This record gives sequence, C-alpha cells and structure tokens, in this order.
Amino acid sequence: MTLLEVNKLMMNFGGLIAVDDFHLKIEEHELVGLIGPNGAGKTTIFNLLTGNHYPTEGDIKLCGKSVVGKKPYDIVAMGAGRTFQNIRLFNNLTVLDNIKIAYNKSMSYSYLSGILRSPKYWRQEKKADKACLELLAVFDLDGYAYSIASSLPYGQQRKLEIARALATQPKVLLLDEPAAGMNPNETAELMETIKFVRNEFDIAILLIEHDMNLVMGICERIVCIDYGKIIAEGLPNEIKKNPDVIKAYLGE
Amino acid sequence: MDKRHRSSYLINLLVILVVYGILQTLIGTGIFNNYFKSIIIFICINIIMATSLNFSTGFLGQLVLGHAGFMAIGAYTAATLGVLMHSVAGMPPIVTITVSIIAGGILAALTGVAIGIPALRLRGDYLEIMTLAFGEIVRIAINNLKFTGGAQGFTGIPRLMSFTYVYFAMVVCVAFLMLLSRSRHGRAIISIRENEIAAESVGINSTRYKVTGLAISALVGGIGGGLFTFQMGFLQPTLFGFMRSVDILVIVVLGGMGSITGSVIAAIVFTILPEALRDFNEYRMVAYALLLIVMMILRPQGIFGTRELSITKLLRRTRAKTKKIDTESLKGGDD
Repeated sequence: MTLLEVNKLMMNFGGLIAVDDFHLKIEEHELVGLIGPNGAGKTTIFNLLTGNHYPTEGDIKLCGKSVVGKKPYDIVAMGAGRTFQNIRLFNNLTVLDNIKIAYNKSMSYSYLSGILRSPKYWRQEKKADKACLELLAVFDLDGYAYSIASSLPYGQQRKLEIARALATQPKVLLLDEPAAGMNPNETAELMETIKFVRNEFDIAILLIEHDMNLVMGICERIVCIDYGKIIAEGLPNEIKKNPDVIKAYLGE
Repeated sequence: MDKRHRSSYLINLLVILVVYGILQTLIGTGIFNNYFKSIIIFICINIIMATSLNFSTGFLGQLVLGHAGFMAIGAYTAATLGVLMHSVAGMPPIVTITVSIIAGGILAALTGVAIGIPALRLRGDYLEIMTLAFGEIVRIAINNLKFTGGAQGFTGIPRLMSFTYVYFAMVVCVAFLMLLSRSRHGRAIISIRENEIAAESVGINSTRYKVTGLAISALVGGIGGGLFTFQMGFLQPTLFGFMRSVDILVIVVLGGMGSITGSVIAAIVFTILPEALRDFNEYRMVAYALLLIVMMILRPQGIFGTRELSITKLLRRTRAKTKKIDTESLKGGDD
C-alpha cells in the first residue's frame, strides 16, 4: 500500500519558487532519503508534508487521504510523525513527560476524571507510564526518564526527539537532518537506531540528510533535489554516479 | 491509586485541616481581631487570583495583562446575583455565595473563550497589548453601564463572607488547578508553553488547548472576583484597574511562573507585607519597589521557578535522612 503520495507539489513564497513540480511515493516499510544542497527546498517539503506550510499547488495524500489544508496536529493523528533540524524538545520537562505529551492521543479520560482522579485516570496514566518507559528503553533512555530533557547530551536529545515522534504511533516518520551536529561515532550509532526503528515499529521513514555516509548506508531509494526541482532519483549507487547530482553538489 | 499517592493526598489533606484549625481557633478566640481576619480573607482571595493567573501565564505561557477584567466580570455577576438571591429572594448565605460565584466564574470563562479565540492568534507583545486592552474595556464598560452603578459603585451587596467559606473555596480552587496541571490536559497545556511548534508536531491541538487554558484561568479568576465581592460589600470600577492586574502579575512572577505553590506563598507574603509596612507609610511603596528590584536581580525565575513545594516530599526526605543516620550509627554491628 502506498503510504505517502505527493503529486505536482509547488510552493511559492511571494515570487520565490521553493518547491516546483515535486512528486514522491513512499510504500510501506520503505526507507527513503531526500538530499540536495543547502537551500534546495528540503525542509520546505517537510513543512508542506506536515502542515506547517500550505502548498500553492499540488496534492499530498497520506494513507489515501489528502492532507492539504490540514493543521499539523491533525496530520499527526493521520499518521505522520516528524523531528526537527534544530531539536525542539519540551526542554524544562522530564524525559518521560516529553514522551507522555506525545502519547496524549492514546489516552481518553476527560477533564473531569482528570481532576477527580477517577479510576480511569489512574488506569490510563499507569498504562501510559508503562508504554512510555518501554519506548524509552528501546532507545536506552529509560535511565534518564526523570531527568530534565535539556540536561541530556546532544545525541540523546536527538534520540529522545525520535522516540517522542514514535509515541504518536506514526505510519511514516519524517526525520529532518537527524545526524546534524553529530560526530562519526554518533552517526554510526544513529544509523543503527534508524534501521532498528524501521524494523521494530514497522514504519516507513523519509529522511533529509547531508551526511552521505548515512544516506548511502541505509536508504533504499534516494531523491535528490536542487532549486526545488527533482534532479535525480533512484538507488544509492545510481545517485552516487549521477552527473547532475555531482554538479549540484560540487559545481562544474 | 497506589499507596504512595494515597499517603501523599492524606498528608496534604491533614495539613490543610490543621492550618484551618489553627486559624479558626485564633479567629474564634478573638486573638485575631477583625482586621487580621480580613487580611487572612484577602490572602485567600489573592491566592485564588494569583494561581489562576499563573495557569494562563505560567503554565500556558501566554502573558495576560488583563486578569482584573475577569475578576471584575466575576465580581459584578456575583454582586448582581447576590443582591437578587439574598436581599430580594431571601436565600441562605451559603447557597447565595456558591451559586453567584460559580455563575460569575462561568461568565468570566465564557468571556475568556470569546476573547481567547481572536487574541490567542497573536503572540508575545501583541497578545499582551490585547489582554491589557481587554481589562480596560471591561473597566470602562462597567463605568458606563446602568446596573453596575457606574463610577459611583455597586452598593448594598450583602457581606456574607466567612473565613471558613473563603478558606475552603481557596483550597478547592488551588486543588483544581494543581490536579488539572498534572493530568493529560495539563501536560498538553504546559507543552504549548515549552514549544508550541513541537507540541503541534506531536498532535497537541494548540488552538483548542490555548483557549481552554485561558478559559480555565478566567473561570477561577471570576470565582476569586465573586468571593472578593462578598467580602467587600461594595464594588467600584477603579478596584479593577490596570494596577490590580499588575499586582496579581507581580505575585505570580515573584512566586515563580509555572509554580502553583510558589504563587500561594508569594500571595501570602505580598498581602501581609504592604499591611506590615503601613507604619512607614511614606516609604511603603519604596520598600515594595526595592524588594521587587532586588528579587528580580537575585532570583529572576521567582521563588520556586517552575518547581512545586511538596510537603510529602519534604517529609520523605527528612525521614530518609533520619533513617540514613540510624543505619549509619547501626553499622558495624548487626547483619
């Protein structure tokens, strides 16, 4: 089944065409990379997919339903989780609370049972604690559960953000430069984590990345854009040799 | 509910009852005269006003400069109903107060929703100006309406407030905000303060939670206004001017934005302090201002920051310490 289908996507920022005739298809369980030089429009595409911007033209379908014009929180409910290029955690809250906020939709007690601490409240909170701690354990973060999120080392913060996106139970996970600011060791570890996440949670992943080792190492398919247009797409080996891609990155 | 939580609730309940017992004995035996009694009642009202403003400013993260507007709506609604129910229909005080303050709270909450929907689209300075304008609009509207008595004031309100009533009303309001802030809805509201974009990206409906957060803050603020009415027995628009909003905000900022217990303690201190400084009348405001400046230099995040004071945790910590000492002194001998 096609999870994400993008057709003829165009984004126009008052005369500047950031994305032009972009198309993409992601099947279940696929791991796709989106690459391109700085300013090519990668993050704009992410923002269009997640409802932070509305496209000028074109259509985005998530699990068969159009998401154009929908708010970010509705798109999350439809099954797309994301992380950000510059980490956006709930800095002053504990690691566990960061995850539990993302787990909100899986709880259903009302304001009244929350305030009166009804049995339903205790049952659901307990279940949420358990599920969130299990999710943290997958990322080896359970030891930090009660630490403040901003006190974590950089690499762990990245992992926490991925864990938080997974707590919304997405079908497609969008990772915006997950390896930014990481050293080669951390990047290698991250590659394993991404592969593991894809298999463990059985989801499709679309990732933006500059680190070619990472992209070439784990992506099954790569889309390369420049000036908002697709210049190449295919298997990692094909992309590596593609003259247009080399030209876009290195110049002539 | 597990054991840990149950014992924690019991301890808090015990502390609330003990404090009530002490204050009630002091008032009952006449050790605290009417002046002290009225100060204690105003402390309770200020606690309600500060914690409710803290909910929108500290938890939701939207700086509201017109909290006195919600207070005024609650106060005048309660005054109107109070006169009708008690003086005209002759209903007993407890019924009159309860119905009127809740009605006042609900009307304030509805106003909160009405101004929240357009205002909360704005951020930062723009939202502040809008809420400031809201407070002024309410004051000027009251000034020019017939049933409020205009600038001459609303007179003939029955003074029904007792210490017992205001104390337990305060406990209910604080507990309400505290319990709410630690439920899934409370976490969603806090996540908007922490990072709105991130909150939306994990499925938090930020618009809805922002409006709800402001409405809850207005609800409790309106109830505070209602209690204020029955203590004062007289209302006039100048009581709900910009300075009232600032006074409440100062308590919130000094107690720590995002800390309910901080607001409670700051409300106690900043109700007693101006009264205690009454002897140095000319220097009173100077001392008050100096204290604010010193506080902002030394501890800009407020007394508690975003932390909460927990009696249960304090008790556990002291117990753990004594236990540690016990085991240490026992070391060397047995098992």
